[in-house]
Amino acid sequence: MKKHFLILVFLLIFLSGCSSQPGAWGWYVIDPTTKGGYNNVMFLLSGFSATIQLSLLAAFFSIILGLVVALPGMSSNYWVRLPSRTYIEFIRAVPLLPMMFWIFYGLPVILKSMGLNIPIDPFWGAVVTLAISDSAFTAEIYRAGIQSIHKGQREAAQTIGLTSFQTMRYVILPQAIKRILPPLANQFIYIVKMSAFASVIGMQELMRRANEVVVSEYRPLEVYTFLIFEYLILVLIISQAVRWLERKMGSDESRG
Amino acid sequence: MTTAIEIKNVSKWFGDFKALDDVSLTTSQGEKVVICGPSGSGKSTLVRCINRLEIHQKGTIKVRGIELTDHDSSVSEIRSEVGMVFQQFNLFPHLTVLQNLTLGPTKALGLSQKDANERAFKLLERVRIPEQANKKPGHLSGGQQQRVAIARSLCMEPKIMLFDEPTSALDPEMISEVLDVIVDLANEGMTMVVVTHEMGFARKVADRMVFMDEGKIIEMGKPKDFFDSPKTERCKLFLNQILQH
Ligand SMILES: Nc1ncnc2c1ncn2[C@@H]1O[C@H](COP(=O)(O)OP(=O)(O)O)[C@@H](O)[C@H]1O
Ligand SMILES: [Mg+2]
Repeated sequence: MKKHFLILVFLLIFLSGCSSQPGAWGWYVIDPTTKGGYNNVMFLLSGFSATIQLSLLAAFFSIILGLVVALPGMSSNYWVRLPSRTYIEFIRAVPLLPMMFWIFYGLPVILKSMGLNIPIDPFWGAVVTLAISDSAFTAEIYRAGIQSIHKGQREAAQTIGLTSFQTMRYVILPQAIKRILPPLANQFIYIVKMSAFASVIGMQELMRRANEVVVSEYRPLEVYTFLIFEYLILVLIISQAVRWLERKMGSDESRG
Repeated sequence: MTTAIEIKNVSKWFGDFKALDDVSLTTSQGEKVVICGPSGSGKSTLVRCINRLEIHQKGTIKVRGIELTDHDSSVSEIRSEVGMVFQQFNLFPHLTVLQNLTLGPTKALGLSQKDANERAFKLLERVRIPEQANKKPGHLSGGQQQRVAIARSLCMEPKIMLFDEPTSALDPEMISEVLDVIVDLANEGMTMVVVTHEMGFARKVADRMVFMDEGKIIEMGKPKDFFDSPKTERCKLFLNQILQH
């Protein structure tokens, strides 16, 4: 982690050094010591709150939706399994951007035709799209974790009279969670990165703010460099948290 | 004499492989049946069919008069009467010993935690490890784990107990502590089906011996006749091999 930050700092110094060469870089657009630069930086940074809210909510719904999809997907009954497997295959195949457009522009049409006047704003449109798109992957993470638990555990639970729901709730999931949480947290990184697509339906998050500054200042190189570092910092923090979680889960396991 | 388990002409296939071939076996209440036979002969499959961990494809199985069918109600009814102890213990590693014992009574029988704890401690005394109640299974020896597993089954107050090679995964010095617990249980009159190769134990508790090979019951009889004068060549051979060890 320290190494990462060192590299980051060196990169920043290198890039700011470039600003002395005329023509190539124009760091003044985000120079916080000038009034214009300061305003731009604050405007860019203010995108964090939307990106984080968006990602957290999408992750939350994806975690629930993923479980709801994963459980029937492991049934021994083909007809119970089928809808879940179909959902996973289908959602994984659809690219995020078309899905976002479909939900933001298309879904309201369907809702209206059903007599439901539910407007979809950019925020919820993006949350729903990200959650659905990610849920196919979370479902697979749940499946891998649950199927990694030895079948003797399920059998022992059955022989002491637990229903299959109770078996899942009290025996399988508490054990599987150690193998589910780290990859699930890792998946959060993808959500954060994919949330940039929300800019195209007008969500005022990091990406969108950067675009707006670029349009008004004509300085794409500097602003997008800044943007990349914004995402980089966010992702580095999350991946650090994931590693902490992995260590914690790992040591729990060895303690039995 | 009341019938406990009635297995009639049961066959079971795994794909094309016939694991049970027209097996019939009826046991009465309080009877102790010991099953032996070479590895792969279908002993586990037979025992697992009795509480429907495996589903037989032909024949009928009745447990205390209830026929095992696809109806969930018959399965749960039978599971509440039949306890099972596995070769690999299958304790829940994330729960303490006490929680392993009380999970079934609180969730499946609806006992209060207090009543379940009381019941659990009585059983831990019976299997002689009350002092381990708050440990995780991973911290116990194999013999202790298997005794916890037996106590966990007994917590459901089953009428019939199934044991599938309960001592095969144990170090030799721990075998007797587990067998002693099972002998106690037998002396209290529990109906039991035990798969084991511990012939000394079998002589002591068995009312009837069953020898299986290739999915069939080859020979069946009183322990004395079974050990002293086996009728079939295969059984004789098997007993010679086992008793040499
Ligand atoms: N789930 C299964 N799928 C396929 N074959 C199985 C399965 N379980 C058991 N068998 C096969 O059925 C036969 C009988 O197995 P089992 O009842 O475990 O024998 P035993 O307990 O006497 O050693 C073996 O040949 C085994 O390979
Ligand atoms: Mg076996």
